Amino acid sequence: MTNPAGTHPAGANPSGIGASIRRREDQRFLTGRGTYTDDINRPHQVHAFILRSPYAHARIGGFDLTAARAAPGVVAIFTGADLVADKVGSLPCGWQIHSKDGSPMIEPPHPPLVTDRVRHVGDQVALVLAETKAQARDAAELIVVDYQELPAVTGTRDALAPGAPLVHDQAASNLCFDWHLGDPAAVDAAFARAHHVTRIDLINNRLIANAMEPRAAIGEYDRATDDYTLWTTSQNPHVIRLLMGGFVLGIPEHKLRVIAPDVGGGFGSKIFHYAEEALVTWAARKIHRPVKWTADRSESFMSDAHGRDHVTHAELALDANGKFLGLRVNTIANMGAYLSTFAPSVPTYLYATLLAGQYATPAIYAEVRAVFTHTVPVDAYRGAGRPEACYVIERLVENAARELGIDRAELRRRNFIPPSAMPYATPVALEYDCGLFHRDLDEALTLIDYAGFPARKADSARRGKLRGIGFANYIEACGIAPSNIAGALGARAGLYESAEVRFHPTGSVTVFTGSHSHGQGHETTFSQLVSDRFGIPIDKIEIVHGDTSKVPFGMGTYGSRSLAVGGSAIAKAMDKIVAKGRKIAAHMLEAAETDIEFNAGRFSVAGTDRALGIADIALSAYVPHNYPLDELEPGLDEQSFYDPKNFTFPNGCQICELEIDPDTGVTKILAFVAADDFGKVINPMIVEGQVHGGIAQGIGQALMENCVYDSQSGQLLTGSYMDYCMPRADDLPSFQVAYHEEAPCTHNPLGVKGCGEAGTIGGSAAVMNAVVDALADRGITHLDMPATPERVWRALRDAMPAQAAE
Amino acid sequence: MYDFDYLRPTTVADAVALLAQRSEAKFLAGGQTLLPTLKQRLAQPEAVIDLSRIAALQGIREDGDALVIGAMTLHADVAASALVLRVIPALAALAGEIGDRQVRNRGTLGGSISNNDPAADYPGAVLGLGATIETDRRSIAADDFFTGMFETALDPGEIVTSVRFPVPQRAAYRKFPNPASRYATAGVFVARTVDGVRVAVTGAGATVFRVPAIEDALAADFSPAALTGITVDDDGLNSDIHASAAYRAHLIMVLARRAVAAIS
Ligand SMILES: Cc1cc2nc3c(=O)[nH]c(=O)nc-3n(C[C@H](O)[C@H](O)[C@H](O)COP(=O)(O)OP(=O)(O)OC[C@H]3O[C@@H](n4cnc5c(N)ncnc54)[C@H](O)[C@@H]3O)c2cc1C
Repeated sequence: MTNPAGTHPAGANPSGIGASIRRREDQRFLTGRGTYTDDINRPHQVHAFILRSPYAHARIGGFDLTAARAAPGVVAIFTGADLVADKVGSLPCGWQIHSKDGSPMIEPPHPPLVTDRVRHVGDQVALVLAETKAQARDAAELIVVDYQELPAVTGTRDALAPGAPLVHDQAASNLCFDWHLGDPAAVDAAFARAHHVTRIDLINNRLIANAMEPRAAIGEYDRATDDYTLWTTSQNPHVIRLLMGGFVLGIPEHKLRVIAPDVGGGFGSKIFHYAEEALVTWAARKIHRPVKWTADRSESFMSDAHGRDHVTHAELALDANGKFLGLRVNTIANMGAYLSTFAPSVPTYLYATLLAGQYATPAIYAEVRAVFTHTVPVDAYRGAGRPEACYVIERLVENAARELGIDRAELRRRNFIPPSAMPYATPVALEYDCGLFHRDLDEALTLIDYAGFPARKADSARRGKLRGIGFANYIEACGIAPSNIAGALGARAGLYESAEVRFHPTGSVTVFTGSHSHGQGHETTFSQLVSDRFGIPIDKIEIVHGDTSKVPFGMGTYGSRSLAVGGSAIAKAMDKIVAKGRKIAAHMLEAAETDIEFNAGRFSVAGTDRALGIADIALSAYVPHNYPLDELEPGLDEQSFYDPKNFTFPNGCQICELEIDPDTGVTKILAFVAADDFGKVINPMIVEGQVHGGIAQGIGQALMENCVYDSQSGQLLTGSYMDYCMPRADDLPSFQVAYHEEAPCTHNPLGVKGCGEAGTIGGSAAVMNAVVDALADRGITHLDMPATPERVWRALRDAMPAQAAE
Repeated sequence: MYDFDYLRPTTVADAVALLAQRSEAKFLAGGQTLLPTLKQRLAQPEAVIDLSRIAALQGIREDGDALVIGAMTLHADVAASALVLRVIPALAALAGEIGDRQVRNRGTLGGSISNNDPAADYPGAVLGLGATIETDRRSIAADDFFTGMFETALDPGEIVTSVRFPVPQRAAYRKFPNPASRYATAGVFVARTVDGVRVAVTGAGATVFRVPAIEDALAADFSPAALTGITVDDDGLNSDIHASAAYRAHLIMVLARRAVAAIS
C-alpha cells in the first residue's frame, strides 16, 4: 500500500509514527527567530577576516604587515608562522585509503594558514582581527604578500598528465591513491563471454553545495577556567571537538565545548572540520577575547568543500538475453588541493561499493585513482559517492537497452535482484537486507503513465519538440555505519549514534541526540518517535542537539543516518526507560514484573484494569517514596549508544520526462516521479519534502549547476550566482512522489532506512537518461552534465548538420 | 563597502551641482548595480547622490505619439502600467522579464541604460524603438547613446531625466535568459514603425546593436520566413562559460523569428 504524503492513519496517535504533523521548528525559522551562529555575539568579541589566496598556485616569499597592523581597529594579525610557533597541527583527514599495492594514501599537511605556498584560490593566507568586520577587511587590504605565481592544474584528468604542475611535492603525478575493489579476473572472464558490451565515458561534474547559511564560527576562551567554547555551523559538533581538539589545537575534550546551534543547511559541506574553526578558537586564547568569523557568499564559493568531480570510463557486459555479466569501472576522482575530512571515503567506499545497484551483476571491478589539483577540496555532498555510482550504472543500463533494442523497463526487470535472493551479498562488499525493486519500478511506471509515453512523444514532435523519458533505479547504502566495518575500511572514527531520554518528574521528556538537525526536521520526527512510544503529546517533548556539553558523544548527521542510527539510539534508550518503568510499575501495582504490560505509555497488570501512566512512573522515580529502592536507583533517565548492524538500503525508481526545444537546446522538465522504499516512514510530509529537495538538487546537477575553473589560471569562474546556476522553483515542475512500507529495514529497531539523499541519488541519472532519450533519434548516445542549452544545441547541430539552420 | 557621504537632493539641478563639487561621486538610482559594486569594494566614491527624491525623474506619460518614462521609474511600474500596456505592450513585457521581483522593485530605467550592461534588456527596447534619451542638458538619440560595454554618450555628471519612446505600430521582444543570472544571453527587440523596421540585439555583443540585414529583409516582407537564410556573423559577439559566440549568433536568429512571428 502506498500512503499519500500528508495523511496519517485514522484513529492513531495524532503525533505518533506515520502522522504528517507540521515541523515544530519551522515556527521559529519562518518568523526569523532561529539562532544561527551569526546571530550570536559574545561580550568584547573581535571580528576576523581571512585573507585568501587570489592565486591557484603560488609561492609566498614573505609578508609585509606593517601598514595593516597600524590600521584603525586592528587587534592582531597572524600568519602561518604564528601557528607553527604554537605547534598548531594540520587539519586531519578522517579516513585512510590504501592503494592497490598496499601503500597508504598520500596525506599532505593541510595547515589552517599556509606558510610558504598557496594551493587553491581561497586558500587561507592570514588572519586579521579587528574591532569591526569592516576594519578587519580594510586592514587585510593593506597586507602585502610577496606571491610568485606558479603554474596550476585544475582539471581532474589533467592532474595525471605527464608534466602537470605538482600540487604537493610528495604526491608524484598528483596521485593521492590508486585503489580498487572487486574481482578483476571474474570480470575479465565475464567480458570474454559477453554477447554485447556497452561502453561509456562520462564526467560527473563538480558542484558547490550552496547551503543557504554561510559558514560561521566563534571561538571563546575563559582564562579563569582554561575552557574553550566554539560555536560553529556544523553537522556534527562532537566530530569537530574530536578532530580540532585532538589533532589541531591539542585541547583535551573536557576543556572544549562545541556548539552547533541552528544551522541553515549543510548538504554535507558542514560535516568537515574547517580551518576557520581552529583559527577562531586558537586566536581567542591568543588575544583573550572572543573571535567571530562569518563567511560572505563569495568566500563560501571558494572555501566550502565542493562535491562530485569524477571522470569515468565504464563497461557493462551482457549476454544474449540482456543479463548483466560483468561491470568494469575506471574512475579518476578529484580531491582538490588537500584532503578534506572524509574526502577519501567518498569515491571509494561510498561509491564503488554501490556499483551493483539494484542488479544481480555477478562480477564487478572498480579502479579509482584520486588526484590532487589546485582547487578547493572536494568532499561529501548530498549523496556522496552514491549518486556518482547510480549515474554510472543507470547511464550504462539505459544505453545498453537502446543498443540491444530491449525496453528499458524490461532490461531492468531481467536483471533485478529478486526479493527471494535477499539478503544478497553483492560482489562489491555490501549485503543488501531487503528491497522490492520490481515493485518500485511498477509503481513509478504507473505514476508516469509509461504506456502513454509514445503518444505524448508524438504530440511533442508535432509541436517541433523532442520528448524523452529516463529512469533511475537507485539503491544507496545509508545509516552509516557499522563501526567495525567502517574501521576495517579505513574510517578513523566509530559511526554509532548516541541518545539520552530523560523523563522529568512531572512527565515531560527531554531527548538528547548526537544527531544534528540543519533542515531535516529532527525536532519533529524524533518527537514523534517518543510521542508514539510513550503516548504523550509532542509539546511535552523537547529534542536537544548540537551541544557537546549537553549531549553524549555523537557522530552527527550525514549519509541519511539520523533516523536509522540516531533514531534507533533513541528507541534503544526508550527500551531502557520502559524496562525500568516496568520494574517501578510492578512495585507500585504490587504485581510481578513479568505480568506488567506496556502499551503507548501505560503500564498495566495483565488481565486486570490496574494500570499506571508513564507520568506516574516518572514522578515515583523522582519522588521515590513508594519505590523499590533496594533494587532500583531513583530517576528515569536512560542513555544508549546504537551501533548499526549493517547499512540500510533505501531504494526506489525515479522517472523523468522532459521536452527539448531543438531550436535553442532548452530542456524543460515536464514530469518527475519517484516511487521509493525508505522502510518505515515516521512523518510522510517530511519525507516528501526531503525527496523533493533531493530531486531538485539532482536536476540542478543534470541541467544547471557546474563549478568551472579556468584551466590556465586556475581561477574559479563560477564564484557567484551570476555564473553558478542554482535551480529555482520556476525551473522545476511539481514532483509526484510515493513510497511503500512493505520492506522495512530488517536490522534496526524502527525498520527505517533513511530518505535524506534519495532524491539526489537518482535525480541526475534520471534526467540525463531522459535527455539522451530525447536526442537518441538523432544518433546522440551521451551528453555530459550539465546539459545546458548550448551543449544540447551543439550536440544536435553536430548530429545533423544539414538541419542546423532551423 | 568603504565609507562615503550620502546626499539626497530634490532637484536635478542640485544633483548635478552636488556631483560637480565632488571629485568622485556617483548617482544612486535603485542601487541594483551600484550597491553590489560598493559592497564588493570595486568602487570607492567619496559621495553617493541619491536621485530618489527628485520628482522630475518620476512618472510615465503619453506625449503626442510618444511615451515618456522618467529615469527613476521602476521596472515593476513599467511592467504594470496600464498606459504602457496599452501603448507599447512589448515594453511592459520586457520590463516584467527583468531579473526577479525584488530587482524589478528597485531597478530603474535610468539606472539600467546609464549603466549599459551588455546583458541588460532595456537597451534593446531603447534602440529597437529608436527612443530619445533626455538628460539635464540635451537629447541624445538611441543610435548615438550606447557607445560600448558599460559605456554611453553621457558626459561625466550628466543625468538621464527621461526616455522618450516613439509609439510603434507593433513591437515584440524575445529574450533568452542566462539560466544563472537571468540577464539576457541574447535578446532581440523588433519594432514596426511608420518609418520602417528596427531590430536591436542586446546581450550578445559588447553593447546593444542593430542588424541591418534583418531589418532590410523584414522591411521587404515582415514574416519569419523572410529571415530564412540570414545569419549573424559571430565575430565580435560575446563568448563566456554559458554561451559561445556561435551559439549567441544562432540564438539571435531564433529570437528574431520568434519576435516577428509574435507580431506578424
Ligand atoms: C539579481 C539581478 C538581476 C538582474 N537581472 C536583470 C535582467 O534580467 N535584465 C536587465 O536588464 N537588468 C537586470 N538587472 C539590472 C537591474 O535591472 C538594474 O537595471 C540595474 O542594476 C541598474 O540598477 P539601478 O536602476 O538600481 O541603478 P543603480 O545601481 O543605482 O545605478 C547604476 C549606474 O547608473 C548610474 N545612474 C543611475 N541613474 C542614473 C541617471 N538617471 N542618470 C545618470 N546616471 C545614472 C549610477 O550612478 C550607476 O553608475 C539585474 C540586477 C540584479 C541585481
